Order: sequence, then structure tokens, then C-alpha cells
Amino acid sequence: MNEAELQAWVDGRLPPDRQAAVDRYLAEHPAEAARLQAYREQNAALHGLFDDVLDAPIPDALRAPHPGAPAQVIPAWRRMAAMLAVAAGAGVIGGAAGWTLRGAGTDGGTGPAASGAALAALPRQAAIAHAVYTPEIKHPVEVGADQQQHLVAWLSKRLGKELRPPQLAKQGYELVGGRLLPGDTGPVAQFMYADASGQRLTLYVSSGQKQNRDTGFRFAQEGNVGVFYWIDGSFGYALSAAVGKKELSQLANAVYEQLLPN
Amino acid sequence: MQDVQDEIHARLLACLPRLRRYARALTGDSASADDLVQDTVERGWARIAQWRPDGDLRAWLFGIMHNLHVDQLRRAPPPAVELEDGYLPFAPPAGTLDLRDLERALQQLPAAQREVLLLVALEEMRYEDVAATLDIPLGTVMSRLSRARENLRRLMAGQPPAANLKVVK
Repeated sequence: MNEAELQAWVDGRLPPDRQAAVDRYLAEHPAEAARLQAYREQNAALHGLFDDVLDAPIPDALRAPHPGAPAQVIPAWRRMAAMLAVAAGAGVIGGAAGWTLRGAGTDGGTGPAASGAALAALPRQAAIAHAVYTPEIKHPVEVGADQQQHLVAWLSKRLGKELRPPQLAKQGYELVGGRLLPGDTGPVAQFMYADASGQRLTLYVSSGQKQNRDTGFRFAQEGNVGVFYWIDGSFGYALSAAVGKKELSQLANAVYEQLLPN
Repeated sequence: MQDVQDEIHARLLACLPRLRRYARALTGDSASADDLVQDTVERGWARIAQWRPDGDLRAWLFGIMHNLHVDQLRRAPPPAVELEDGYLPFAPPAGTLDLRDLERALQQLPAAQREVLLLVALEEMRYEDVAATLDIPLGTVMSRLSRARENLRRLMAGQPPAANLKVVK
């Protein structure tokens, strides 16, 4: 039985007589039957993974420019549009207002000069990561809190800094675990917490911040997700949750105090 | 002329969902995937004169996407951050077929194997059309398909990919 024919059997593309011949062969070779069955399951699983893309609405940015239209207009704005589409899919933005950040009320004294593009990006990216991972039931984190030692060693190594997830038990939140994410300026660690009601809180720690100045607390609202964020040296921190600003600020204070160097 | 362009435009739009699904599976993330689809559509329009109206528009567009993806891989090696100790200690236990693990395993396949597997298993293209789209011999399609499936099976079972796989005759 040649391998190409076995592959065609997996895909159901053999003529009936060859199909029957392979069926007979597999009945006598259980190991081969198991191997090919695993391949069939791969086919089904790939559809399970990716078929929902077929039904997803197509972002306007992806609609083909008609030959009559000036094609050079497209590239300049399309990446931004694609980003917006991704974020909208994640439920971060509620309306057409887009990325407008509302309120920086608790600014700790740094002027608007410090709020460059990279700084503005921090709460936005943290909110997106929060919106993407907190609804996950099965895989909210890559490494669970039950392996805390490994989690801390792994993320510390990646970010080049000793990281300790703050304890928020007094505030009613237990550590769920953490994951590593790519960021604009370097690797990002995301720690996730949950309270007894299942309300989730994420702490986003981004490396490679280049502002070279610390900031006080700032607050941004992205849809229903509130974000308190601050820069400390080359690290940016953002605490996100869909809770009120007051509760979030108390949590942010608890986190901030525990992150202070001893 | 305008009518013809409108019709091609409509047919091209109809290909978008499948192009997006393939790009998503190929690149592993939706932002890169949509960039790849956008580049494919732009290049397709720029070269629409080379497409024969009796040809298969979908296969032609997949061919363009393949070439763009190969160019991308050549320009920028994929980030290596995740693999070293981020993935390996968490190989799934044997016998589970978890979708998220499958996606990771898929991204660990060599791009040439991933392409063939996706065109066959996900896109359900005929083997001959895969060969034409990727511009490789049919025998190469079959051997890459066999390797891709076996490597994926091993990765999912927490085993290292096979060094020597069966030779397809």
C-alpha cells in the first residue's frame, strides 16, 4: 500500500475500489489504522479551529480597491483600520469614538509632554490583552498559580527583571496565573487574578519603555474596561478590570505598594 | 469594461473569507493574516491582466499569497521568543486533541509543510491544484503532506518530530 494512497484515503479522495482495498488493509494493520484516523481527526480539528473566520465580517480595509479607485490611498490607513477591527472584535471599544482616552485625572505631576505615543499605547494594549484573555474559560493563562515558582522564574527571565505577582487576597482577588505576550517595546507579562464572583483583573507588565521618566498614576477607560497605568523606569504597568474607577484605584495602590523596591 | 471589472471585483470579494481563513491558519495571528490578505488583494489587482478569465481565480490568488508569504519569511525570521522554554514543558499529555495545542503545533511545522497541509485539509483543494498553486511537483505535495501530518501528530502527542519519515513512492 503506498503512502500517497493512504493520504488520499485520509482525505476521502480514493475511487471506490481503492477505498475498499485500503479499508481491508487497515483492518489488518491496526497501528496504521490508528495513524490514519489521527490524521482524519486533524482535518476535522483544523476546520474546528479556523472555520469561524469564514463567517467573520470582513473589515472594510480588506475590501479590494476597485481598479478605478486610487490604490495608493489604501496602505497608509489600512493597518490602523485593521487594528481597530481587531480591537472591536475583542469588545474593547464600545462605539465609533475609537481610541479616545478619557480622563487622566490622577496624573502624578508629569505634564502632557510625557504622554507620547508609546505611553498612550500602554493602557490600550493592556485593555486589549485584558479583553482577549479574561473571557477564556479553558486557557485564561499559560501557567497557573499552582506552579507559581515556575511562573515567576519564567516571566522574570523573559522580561529581564525579577517579577513578583502582587498578593491581592486582602482585596479579595486570588492569582489565577500568567502568560507571556509580545509587546511593541519588548516582552510583556500578564498576570491574571479573579475574585470569588469570577470578576477578573489583569496586571500587564511591559518591558523596554523608553520614556526615561517615571509617571504617576494615570487612568484610561476603554469601553467597559478601566485601566490604571504608570511607568517605573523601563517598565510600564497597567492594571485592568471592568470595575468602577474607585475600586480599581484601591487595587492599583495595593499593587503599586507591593512593587516598590524594598 | 466597467462591467467586467465589477464582476471580477465581486468574484474577488467572494474569495476573501477563504483567503482570510487560510492566512489566519498560516500566520498564526489575525493581524498578520489580514495584512497578508490585503497585500494579496493589492497584488492581485495590480496583476489582474495576467489572470485568464477561464482560470480558477481562487487558486490564482492563493498562489499570490503563497509567494508573498515566502517573501515575508525570507525577510523576517519569525520571533523565537516562545519556543525555548515557553512551550516545551507544557506539551499536552498523549491522546488529547486540544484545539489550542493544535494551533501551537501547527505553527511549529516548517512553513512548506504547513502550507500543503492547510491547502489540502482546510481548503480541500485537489492535490493537483495544490501542486499548481505552490508550483511544486505532485510528488512533493504528497511527501510534504505525509510529513506534515506525522509531525503534527507527534507534536500533539508530546513527542519530537520524526527525523526520518516514510518515503513516499
